[in-house]
Amino acid sequence: MKILVAVKRVVDYNVKVRVNLEGTAVETNNVKMSMNPFDEIAVEEGVRLKESGKCDELVAVSIGTSSSQETIRTALAMGADRGILVETDDPIEPLGVAKLLKVICSREKPDIVIVGKQAIDDDANQTGQMLAALLDWPQGTFASRINIENTKAQVTREVDVGLETIEINLPAVISTDLRLNEPRYASLPNIMKAKKKPIDIIPITELNIDIAPRVKVIKVSEPPKREAGVIVENVKELLEKLRNEAKVIS
Amino acid sequence: MALELTHDQKMLQDTVDAFLANEIYPYEEEVDRTGKVPIDLGRQIEKRSKEVGLFSANLPESVGGGGLDYRGMALLEREYGKTSHALHSWIGRPTEILLACEGEQREQYLLPCVRGEKRELFALTEPEAGSDVMSMKTNAKPDGDDWILNGSKHFISGPKMPDFAIVFAATGLDETPRGPRKQITAFLVDVGIDGFSISEGSRCVSYRGYNTFQLNFSDVRLGPGQILGEAGQGLEQAGKWLGMNRVWVGASCCGKAERLFDLSAEWAATRKQFGQPIGKFQGTGFKLADIAVELRAADLLVVDAVKKAEKGIMTDSDAAMVKLFCSEMLHRAADHAVQIYGGMGLMEEMPIQRLWRDSRLERIWDGTSEIQRHIISRSILRPLGA
Ligand SMILES: Cc1cc2nc3c(=O)[nH]c(=O)nc-3n(C[C@H](O)[C@H](O)[C@H](O)COP(=O)(O)OP(=O)(O)OC[C@H]3O[C@@H](n4cnc5c(N)ncnc54)[C@H](O)[C@@H]3O)c2cc1C
Repeated sequence: MKILVAVKRVVDYNVKVRVNLEGTAVETNNVKMSMNPFDEIAVEEGVRLKESGKCDELVAVSIGTSSSQETIRTALAMGADRGILVETDDPIEPLGVAKLLKVICSREKPDIVIVGKQAIDDDANQTGQMLAALLDWPQGTFASRINIENTKAQVTREVDVGLETIEINLPAVISTDLRLNEPRYASLPNIMKAKKKPIDIIPITELNIDIAPRVKVIKVSEPPKREAGVIVENVKELLEKLRNEAKVIS
Repeated sequence: MALELTHDQKMLQDTVDAFLANEIYPYEEEVDRTGKVPIDLGRQIEKRSKEVGLFSANLPESVGGGGLDYRGMALLEREYGKTSHALHSWIGRPTEILLACEGEQREQYLLPCVRGEKRELFALTEPEAGSDVMSMKTNAKPDGDDWILNGSKHFISGPKMPDFAIVFAATGLDETPRGPRKQITAFLVDVGIDGFSISEGSRCVSYRGYNTFQLNFSDVRLGPGQILGEAGQGLEQAGKWLGMNRVWVGASCCGKAERLFDLSAEWAATRKQFGQPIGKFQGTGFKLADIAVELRAADLLVVDAVKKAEKGIMTDSDAAMVKLFCSEMLHRAADHAVQIYGGMGLMEEMPIQRLWRDSRLERIWDGTSEIQRHIISRSILRPLGA
């Protein structure tokens, strides 16, 4: 069985992001970049499937600038076997990413594609679903447990009402939720081994895909500062304020 | 950290960071308060550090170590410096002196240390011979093929009761142009053999929970197979390792200074007095600027020494400069941190006072600041005939 995981380079989750001076995007200069945490979970799941003997080859794919090779290296150090970088300097929207991943899937013929449910930079939560639609494969989104049996996958999904377990046929697309697993940190021997694992670099133009943006960003701004709260004397005053000031009850 | 790192180095750093955050930071306060590392905790750190390949990372792959280069080791030691020796010393980095093990010694001492089955102590200092190593009284006299060891060592430190000690003892006199000089030999001495007693020494306010031991030798009989390396070459062997170790001490001082700096910056940006963050007062903000600059300089000194060491051209004076500057930089950073925190800096619920206490030791062990200055000035004056 072959598994493909998609990994995106994003601003590290510990960084307090700032809007750039032009107000067009989040500042990424001199900011720590890391693998999208949901993608780390995807890689971890792939590595665990490898360790359990269910997966023979784990391939990490990234779409982005040359620096995204680092993100792939991280996946390799966690245990992926090889990497593919679709290299581009332009930001790609989820539909573009899904189309590019579809091309990679047609070349690689994986049995499962595991992606993070969303990337913490744009929080789109679309790529996995779009990819499944384009490939016409079943999808198991927001997975908190994955069980692979032969040609089927049971995916436990976190939905509003609780946990839902579905069974889907392979090949399929699965997107990871936070509670699927706890990603490992790369061990020293694996960091050393990762240096020798291959990364295939494909210039985006070679794939001939329409990746023109469909969405125009007009402005990026900081959320308004939260105002300090007030302490009320009693319930009566609280109700009074909710009714007349906040106007949330009548 | 401000220094440029390769992606591999960043991954290594992330791994160590995560290791510290998960396996060590949660226990720092309790260990400092009780002055003890519970054996189960120590074993757990040992085990987990083996799982991620940090254990024995300093030793070559040919003996089962991690084969990390000097730059990588400097990074590791820098990260470990953020926390206490009481805890991070459980992530074993057996002394490189053990690489001199030959024949049966390898299976007896070196390899078990690499695997974490045995622990060693490095026993040089004596009650009457601290900075003045050459005044050591511990001696070994030949008796047929054997040696008879007498004397004592103190301040010999490690995370737990060791399995054996590398003991430096005088074994004769050499005539040199500058007068007679003691011959020093390194011996491998097993804990538990006749005449060797070991007990826990005084408690230290730096790195509470890290043990110092007192070693006494009374007519301890040692076979010829207990000599580590060549007889009479003990100090030369130790010297090579001590030089590199001083660079690691320097790197660890940078790590601790960075932790103090991060805590101080956070505090200066959030603690308000007179209606504004205290960092906005130059008396506070400029302290941060000073620490930042000195830390950068210290980091660069480490990198410089490591580059030289990799080419085999690092001198004792290079290593002394690193140890001296980094430990004194840390001392200033720790003092500034306490000042920036005000009263809170001295309260036990804050880590500042602990890091400040821990920092103090760095100017003393592995050669005091004065001894480092002595080494540096000697290297300046000796070529001039003084
Ligand atoms: C917690 C801890 C752990 C240790 N672990 C080990 C260990 O594992 N193995 C080991 O062998 N040792 C160990 N040591 C010993 C340590 O290396 C010594 O404490 C150190 O070398 C200083 O020796 P001393 O304490 O005897 O001080 P002294 O040598 O008595 O020095 C006292 C003061 O006199 C100054 N002084 C001495 N000579 C000169 C001079 N020529 N010029 C100028 N000033 C001078 C010193 O700089 C210092 O300020 C440890 C010490 C401690 C505190």
